[in-house]
Amino acid sequence: MSLMLSPLDEALISGDFGPAAASAMTILAAFSEAIGASALLDISRAHVDGCLYHGEASLDFVERLARDGGRVRVATTLNVGSIDLIHPELMRLSDDDEAPRRRLMKAHEELGCIASFTCAPYQTLFRPLFGEQIAWGESNAIVFANSVIGARTNRYGDFIDLCCAMTGRAPAWGLHLSENRGGEILFRLTGFAPSLAATDALYVAIGLLVAESSDERVPVIEGLPPPRDEDQLKALGATAASAGEVGLFHAVGITPEAPTLADAYGGGPVGKVVELSPQDVTRALRRLSNAPDGSSLAAVCLGTPHFSYREWRRFLPLLRDVAPNCGVPIYVNTDRATLVTLEREDLLRGAEEYGLIVVADTCTYVTAILGRLEGVVMTNSGKWAHYAPGNIGVRVAFGELEDCLASAAAGRVVRASSW
Amino acid sequence: MVTIGRFYVAGAAEGLALVLSESLSFWGGVALENGDIIDQSHPDVGKNVKGRVLIMPGGRGSSSSSAVLAEAIRSGVAPAAIVLSRPDAILTVGALVARSLYGRACPVVVCAIEKFATDDRVRITALDAKTAELRIARR
Repeated sequence: MSLMLSPLDEALISGDFGPAAASAMTILAAFSEAIGASALLDISRAHVDGCLYHGEASLDFVERLARDGGRVRVATTLNVGSIDLIHPELMRLSDDDEAPRRRLMKAHEELGCIASFTCAPYQTLFRPLFGEQIAWGESNAIVFANSVIGARTNRYGDFIDLCCAMTGRAPAWGLHLSENRGGEILFRLTGFAPSLAATDALYVAIGLLVAESSDERVPVIEGLPPPRDEDQLKALGATAASAGEVGLFHAVGITPEAPTLADAYGGGPVGKVVELSPQDVTRALRRLSNAPDGSSLAAVCLGTPHFSYREWRRFLPLLRDVAPNCGVPIYVNTDRATLVTLEREDLLRGAEEYGLIVVADTCTYVTAILGRLEGVVMTNSGKWAHYAPGNIGVRVAFGELEDCLASAAAGRVVRASSW
Repeated sequence: MVTIGRFYVAGAAEGLALVLSESLSFWGGVALENGDIIDQSHPDVGKNVKGRVLIMPGGRGSSSSSAVLAEAIRSGVAPAAIVLSRPDAILTVGALVARSLYGRACPVVVCAIEKFATDDRVRITALDAKTAELRIARR
């Protein structure tokens, strides 16, 4: 099967839209050919995960596109960068390290990308709709768009997400196509009490367990208690996508393509079934912590993926109730638009007295922000717990949001929650 | 010995073969300082890819391998060419980006790889835009 290019694709390649678009289309065509796609399709949005600095080649690529006068052809949001441009005083980088990281973020803006700098573009005005064809990078955003919204994207990465944005095209392949979106492995919660509460930790644990056994299959989850809100589905997806290769999951009766088990399987047969027990949940959550209860606490890190407005509205009253006062910093990552809303509504007033440090545009596990790394960092994020030990060399304790705040008040890890 | 392959990234190259029994992820698998294979779970850990014609079944792992390969080509520690038994989009993109930015070819070819042995001298030339000729000389 060879790749059929449309007249638009041909025009893009031959330079009718300028040299930057030609270069992007050439790379996109080669990529599409290598994955075995037979054609490309139109996309209406892109989300580009190119603002984290990984070396000169990535910067050269974007700056060359900008120098050639390139512009994205669809609405394109940007993932986190390596710098908090709103709070530069938080950064612990040398000038030499900071300069190329700033240039990379700026070059993307020059291409016409929206300066969203968030890993949760689905919490912005640029949230896609059900059924929309999009090209998104960033694993948690991809799984959220596919699973919770029912938009359609493959797992795009380095360079290719931007090539899709510059051309408005993506390969007609994989999760863009209905025939590849049906379930392929069933995870059934069994042996849980009928009163099973939809705690954040349960969703994180299920994400981890699904990632362990799915490989590249589309997982279907049956028996989840209805989530409190979509933030819990966000936590499930983010954990599954960081611990495994999950780009789409269906939760029966919860996510839009899975009103019933039969819908989740797109009419196909239910093949392999994995039973998940309360013991599995306990075991998964233990794996996310490499620090015991009672450990001295260096910091609390929340907001991976970026805190939504709704998460702030849940967190801030808890913070004021618990009123931690022993100097443990509580870092919360969020996006700059949400921060503007919080400030407009004056919701953050006085919160710094309890140790709150707001981080925007980036995330505490991808760059140099945390001050004191000795001791344990506590988080309610499965994704943060998965990546931070390797990325920034910290010890992690995972816990519910309430436990994180109680620990900040005690100065050591305390966990009251049931798992 | 001559074999014919299909270019995913075209170009000419020559070097000694390094045949890997398992696919290698460049991200987390190859050191950008020197081209050493650093993936502790890979059977060929400790070998070096710089200037070699790297031969393996396919690509593996994270899409960040595109940027790592492009960076390796830029800094001169990349293989001279990559020969695979099945296409890999991640490596294709990395090699293509580096070629368009720096004019440095790291051809990516797909063909049957059973004939190759480590340290064979391999010369890759283009018969046309899509077709590669690989000459293999056993030493």
